[in-house]
Amino acid sequence: MAFSTTLGARRYVFPDLRTLLARASPPRAGDRLAGLLAGSAEERVAAQMALADLPLRHFLDEAVIPYETDEVTRLIIDGHDRQAFTPVAHLTVGGLRDWLLSPAADSLALAAIAPGLTPEMVSAVSKLMRNQDLMLVAGKCRVVTRFRNTQGLPGRMGVRLQPNHPTDDARAIAAAIVDGLMYGAGDAVIGVNPATDSPDAIVRLLELIDAIRERYAIPTQSCVLTHVTTTLELIRQGRPVDLVFQSIAGTEAANAGFGVNLALLEEAHHAARSLGRGTVGDQVMYFETGQGSALSAGAHHGVDQQTCEVRAYAVARRFDPLLVNTVVGFIGPEYLYDGREIVRAGLEDHCCGKLLGLPMGCDVCYTNHAEADQNDMDNLLTLLGVAGVHFVIGVPGADDIMLGYQSTAFHDALYLREVLGLGRAPEFEDWLQSMGVSDGRRLLPAGARPALLDLMEAA
Amino acid sequence: MSVHALEGSGICADGWQSLAALTDARIALGRAGSSLPTRETLRFALDHARARDSVHALLDPGPLKAALEALCGACLQVKSAAADRACYLQRPDLGRRLSDADRAALTGPADGFDVAFVLGDGLSAEALQRHALPLMESLWPALRAQGLRLAPPVLAEQARVALGDEVGERLGARLVVVLLGERPGLSSPDSLGAYLTAAPRAGLSDAARNCVSNIRPAGLAYALAAYKLGWLIEAGLQGGTGVALKDQSEADPAYLHLAASLTRLAAL
Repeated sequence: MAFSTTLGARRYVFPDLRTLLARASPPRAGDRLAGLLAGSAEERVAAQMALADLPLRHFLDEAVIPYETDEVTRLIIDGHDRQAFTPVAHLTVGGLRDWLLSPAADSLALAAIAPGLTPEMVSAVSKLMRNQDLMLVAGKCRVVTRFRNTQGLPGRMGVRLQPNHPTDDARAIAAAIVDGLMYGAGDAVIGVNPATDSPDAIVRLLELIDAIRERYAIPTQSCVLTHVTTTLELIRQGRPVDLVFQSIAGTEAANAGFGVNLALLEEAHHAARSLGRGTVGDQVMYFETGQGSALSAGAHHGVDQQTCEVRAYAVARRFDPLLVNTVVGFIGPEYLYDGREIVRAGLEDHCCGKLLGLPMGCDVCYTNHAEADQNDMDNLLTLLGVAGVHFVIGVPGADDIMLGYQSTAFHDALYLREVLGLGRAPEFEDWLQSMGVSDGRRLLPAGARPALLDLMEAA
Repeated sequence: MSVHALEGSGICADGWQSLAALTDARIALGRAGSSLPTRETLRFALDHARARDSVHALLDPGPLKAALEALCGACLQVKSAAADRACYLQRPDLGRRLSDADRAALTGPADGFDVAFVLGDGLSAEALQRHALPLMESLWPALRAQGLRLAPPVLAEQARVALGDEVGERLGARLVVVLLGERPGLSSPDSLGAYLTAAPRAGLSDAARNCVSNIRPAGLAYALAAYKLGWLIEAGLQGGTGVALKDQSEADPAYLHLAASLTRLAAL
């Protein structure tokens, strides 16, 4: 179906839904690379106007990628909850934006409609939202998840402790874990990216983190971020797997590039839950995503990179995850050119994920070939804190010496906690206090020697 | 403000500084309030500045070309279709293609070559400028001694890995080795990568390649990198490159011997 907007003497025509979505997208490098951007600033607004008038029901009739050839489309259509959709079924995309901003859309109402929203509806409405809208709406969404602690409670934010090392050196990784714990990080997960795919090395890392967690009775979860098939094998071997990690994307072909499909994720989800290792909940999946992944795999089917990204969230929500993380600036300037594009994408991803009911975190990050620096990251981190982000990343000094990019430091999370008054997962906060690291909110001064450090030195 | 801060520098030092010896990660940095102390923000800023400068530095092809001519007898020079650095960073497709003029000019002999080398700036011209020549000095004579027919090395500006596919195809090479400046990290602004592709032709994916990364004195030493590349070139010429070819060079006694002697040298 074609869509059009007439502005003065000029008539803009958009032949189908995916083209309309692409032309309505705020500008970014990846869509420019794919040749999908609007040809002018006026055409972009014309597309946004046509999109604003589009009834939400239309999204149930026109798929951006064919149902027959893409299992993510089938998941979206077959999994759609018509009853949950009912309260907003009469709205247009523009009407949905107005409703989301209204007091009627409180936490309960937003949670209730989440299964009734499709990724394309959510992507569409985000294209009509300014950054402040993305923050306000995300901030009203409440997503609480549990494994060994409780995450996503109001006024709280988690941190993934990311102790990566270029040769997977056990002592170096242990040192970074101590550093992170002493800085009050690690409630979301202690999660390491291995430098190698060697199964032996991955077992060593898994057992290292598990041993530290057990020895100090830390109420958190561990994860070695390796391919889902490797994790499945670890589960079969009886290794201490808390969470299953996988990178996912929003099209079947892009997921094939990651070596995964829905059936494989289902198998891993089931296997990890069967271990019963959670103490306060059984959400065992940790997904990572990022705009541009479908395009970089040549698997975007002419769909804009943000819509592809939100479709990945449909994959994530199928498996009831503990954590979802958009690694927003990692992919590089071919997809998000500068700090401005990274900030916009981070806010979009976070809001869209939350609207679909996900525990959405963000790796606030950039590479050295992007036009970005620490100030851009400070901006995005602060905006995400205001928007109620589920968790962020903590890397020693913001410098990931294995992956070669800059994320957020343990210090950065402390800054955000201080300016916004954000606490940690309550079980983890209590543990930090019992270890003499914090007074229940702030770190204790260095003079008060933490009991945790004594324990570590005794070990 | 705490008494501690009033009395001292305002910085809370961390009690686990001894652990910093175990890793290059930025641990035990201390804090000013909750934030990074001044010296740490400046140390970080310097490293980022160096990495940024490295990304944007342009290749100065003259000296490297002259040195390669001396080593190899000849050296060709090409540009990708990306006209400048800004274009290169935003249009990976153009960095993978030859400029029209160079495509027309680049041809090989009827019977082709065994191996072609493409030396590209990639994301760090500095890496190429520092490490390409010492690596080639170690590798080139060894390959010549094996009787391999080697194409004159091709120096390429604004190049991505896949540019080698088109160069190798036009030269009629059975295998192409692309030496390229890697994306600079904070601690390694000048790391060189090597990518091997058998039967190169435009349109191949990365699954068809093998990679040796982090070539620099503080990473993989030139002699070891040259040994690895020699091993992979031989294996790749026989059975092709890509996901099916596993790099087992490190299991070679000769590699281990070389690594051990380098370690002994470093200890002297």
